[in-house]
Amino acid sequence: MDVLVGIGSPDESVAALERSARQAAATGDDVTVAIVGDHTAEARERLAADAAAVADDAAIEISVRQVEGNPGSQLVDIAEDEGFDELVIGGGSTSPMGKITIGSTAEFVLLNAHTTVTLVR
Amino acid sequence: MNSDRRYPEAISGSFPTPPLSFDDKQGREIEIRPYDGSEAEYEALAEMYVEFDPEDRAQGIPPGKESRIRTWLDGILADDCYNIIAWDGDVAAGHATLVPDTNGDHFELAIFVLQDYQQAGIGTSLIESLLGYGKSVGITKVWLTVERWNHPAVSLYKKVGFETTGAENFELEMAIRIGEAE
Repeated sequence: MDVLVGIGSPDESVAALERSARQAAATGDDVTVAIVGDHTAEARERLAADAAAVADDAAIEISVRQVEGNPGSQLVDIAEDEGFDELVIGGGSTSPMGKITIGSTAEFVLLNAHTTVTLVR
Repeated sequence: MNSDRRYPEAISGSFPTPPLSFDDKQGREIEIRPYDGSEAEYEALAEMYVEFDPEDRAQGIPPGKESRIRTWLDGILADDCYNIIAWDGDVAAGHATLVPDTNGDHFELAIFVLQDYQQAGIGTSLIESLLGYGKSVGITKVWLTVERWNHPAVSLYKKVGFETTGAENFELEMAIRIGEAE
């Protein structure tokens, strides 16, 4: 299965990648990581390094690409254009109170993707 | 959460300061007072949340399992948070809390009323008392999120002075200013 994992923030999305990496190690899924969002070049490099470290830990190969533009629509477009089977994203952060909030990227992806979407908590 | 959260210009007020008591619409005498940190009050709150109808959960809180309820309570009953409880005798009927953001100068609000005590005016008294309590300890900015389909909650928040400050997500973000900025 071809899996596209969207990564836009260190705290929220590394869990999504870790889950996909574990699954890929077990099933042989092909994992592509898309780094999305409004980041500096250094921040993008750090996210790419985080992704590489997770892949190393799980002993899988991944491909990483930097994606500019609106995160939600870019992820949906790539998943559709390139025939991915599943789109995996971080499933929301929690407020100081402990309330789960779903960000605009997750909302856009859920409403617009034609592929299966997995939200990872 | 985002640190550039917007707040209304105007200061809302005036709110009552707990402790206070009143008769609810069912004629029950309800007393609202700040959480005193005692084990007895903690246990009464834990019991209220164990009884809480899962249908009235909002955005994952209160959690469903008792062990997770206790972990969650430990966080929001910490020393830097402000909590008030609505009592019917020794039964905790409702609870409202202010929890600081990481930078500490604005507070997230949440309020819960046990099902048997809903629609009796307790929620309105709780939220007004909590804002009065917050104001009395120098808090100026309070925000919350609410599911946009939860119309009763949204109208309660509007009634006491909250304004919608963010509508681009699943949840509405609302905020109120209750004191002068230092």
